Amino acid sequence: MARFLVRRVLQAVIVTVIVTVIVFALLHALPGGPARGVLGQQATPEQIAAFNRAQGLDQPIWTQYWHYLGRLVQGDLGESFTLNAPVSQLLANRLPKTLLLTMASTVVALLIALPLGVWQAARRNSVLDYTATALAIIVYSTPVFFLGLILIMVFAQAIPLFPAQAPQGDALGDILADPNALVLPVVTGAFATVAAFSRYMRSATLDNLAEDYARTARAKGTSERRVLVRHVVRNSLVPVVTMLGYYIPVMFGGSLVVESMFNYPGVGFLFWNAAQTSDFPVLLGVVLVIAIATVVGSMLADIAQALIDPRVRSVAV
Amino acid sequence: MSGSRPDQLAADDEPAPASGHTPGTVPRRRGTALRRFTRNRLAVAGLAVVAVLFLFSFVGPLIYDTDQVHTDLAAANLEPGDDGHPLGTDDVGYDVLGRLMVGGQTSLVIGLAAGALATVIGTAWGAVAGYLGGRVDAVMMRVVDAGIAIPALFLLLVASAITTPDVPMMILVMGLVSWLVPARLVRAEALSLKTRDYVLTLRAIGGSHRRAIVRHIVPNAVGTMMVNATFQVADAILLVAYVSFLGMGVQPPATDWGAMLSKGVSYAYSGAWWLILPAGVLIVLVVASFNFIGDGLRDMFEVRGKNR
Repeated sequence: MARFLVRRVLQAVIVTVIVTVIVFALLHALPGGPARGVLGQQATPEQIAAFNRAQGLDQPIWTQYWHYLGRLVQGDLGESFTLNAPVSQLLANRLPKTLLLTMASTVVALLIALPLGVWQAARRNSVLDYTATALAIIVYSTPVFFLGLILIMVFAQAIPLFPAQAPQGDALGDILADPNALVLPVVTGAFATVAAFSRYMRSATLDNLAEDYARTARAKGTSERRVLVRHVVRNSLVPVVTMLGYYIPVMFGGSLVVESMFNYPGVGFLFWNAAQTSDFPVLLGVVLVIAIATVVGSMLADIAQALIDPRVRSVAV
Repeated sequence: MSGSRPDQLAADDEPAPASGHTPGTVPRRRGTALRRFTRNRLAVAGLAVVAVLFLFSFVGPLIYDTDQVHTDLAAANLEPGDDGHPLGTDDVGYDVLGRLMVGGQTSLVIGLAAGALATVIGTAWGAVAGYLGGRVDAVMMRVVDAGIAIPALFLLLVASAITTPDVPMMILVMGLVSWLVPARLVRAEALSLKTRDYVLTLRAIGGSHRRAIVRHIVPNAVGTMMVNATFQVADAILLVAYVSFLGMGVQPPATDWGAMLSKGVSYAYSGAWWLILPAGVLIVLVVASFNFIGDGLRDMFEVRGKNR
């Protein structure tokens, strides 16, 4: 296990370094480089040269990358072009709100998906199981925004139960103070997760139903229901929940859409606004943070899987 | 959005032995590859839907001719059926039925081309990495890991902020952000193929690495590639829709099914269902169809159980 851990952590570090190279390259791929971005299209060549000298942009590219890494390690992601604030400060303000929204969506989704998956496995290959599977693929093929629009049409416009605007406010408390306005964004974000995790759960339950211990339990006269509830579900839950570690990029993608639809003041909305104003420090800062979260998430999931199932450790990383 | 697909992780769903009884039926003889595909009814239906949507998008405008370039504010916001517009008009006066046709062209062309491009890049990268193995493989696959860590949708919005998005640019960028998963799959295939006798023999009699990859590794990975390419197309069409919905896709007067929904929230408020449902339903239909076709191809090539 120690060897597995060392290799896996080392791998994550290498991948993170490659990610910083990609993001650094993107920053320099901008037409005219970062100088054009800050000074605007009207800047004269002299102004650009002066800016480049002041920012150290006239130095060799690897020196610049080294300085960039140095600033990253100190948590310095640069200054926003348009919002007049450090990117790290913007992220610190927005991330908790995005986490609140995605965690609420995920909890709601799992409460539906996990029982659904077990139920499908218990009724495997029946008409209901096939119907649920086809439905899951259709939900999976449905853009999050289309689901959101339907929900707005039905529950905000036709039957005005919930507002179609997410709670506003700078503090996390302001958002929690208006739970009614959270309903539509949370439900919209939950759909895709239900489709994905009911499939994982069904598959994990089926695998476990075929295991020797399940057969032993049946041979001892345990009822099928008890085998399922007492033995199989327990063993299936852990690997499925660790899958959440691999699911981080999908969650951020979903929150980008949900937040921009419902004007929810999180990281996704910040990113969307930055894309429209070409605010590159914000765009690339968000990309970097999400990429690192993804690398860490999949590393933790791999480690969790290895802890649960020793067979995983022997597989070369 | 790249991520693990739920429909594929659950690929190995052979029924677990049910307690008590064994099925008494004799296993049917396995049909030809084509029959394995046609036995999957959802896949056949998917193929039919895709064919119809192609006809609708490319042949439709020849029969149902509308102006999709010039706006006509005098004819804006008409309800379905008004003044010869079967699906009404949008807020700048475009006929919605005609707009669905030209929008479909953009969605389908970008989806297919980006899926093909991603498959080509991914196959080349994965075949070389898996065949060469060792350090080269390790370095090439860490690059893939890093790419996968950056969600495609975010990267696409950055690209759209750098340059003005048009169809060729979107195909290029989407191809460049979506080749990572096929690369992983083909690499896994290449790892096992390179130890086969026919590859070893080729090397022993002096055949080049290049020949081994082009003539043996890639052709033998074709089943995996085809199945994955179909899912890639589904993902690409969905991704185009997301980028366009967020207002960062092709710019007016060009459109696609996602862009038609970019003002969807205000349409929803005004109760203009005909500006939301048709475009949304077409996206779901085409994406689900490609996913079902991919499932059918997986049966056909018998690459069951392989996660992509």
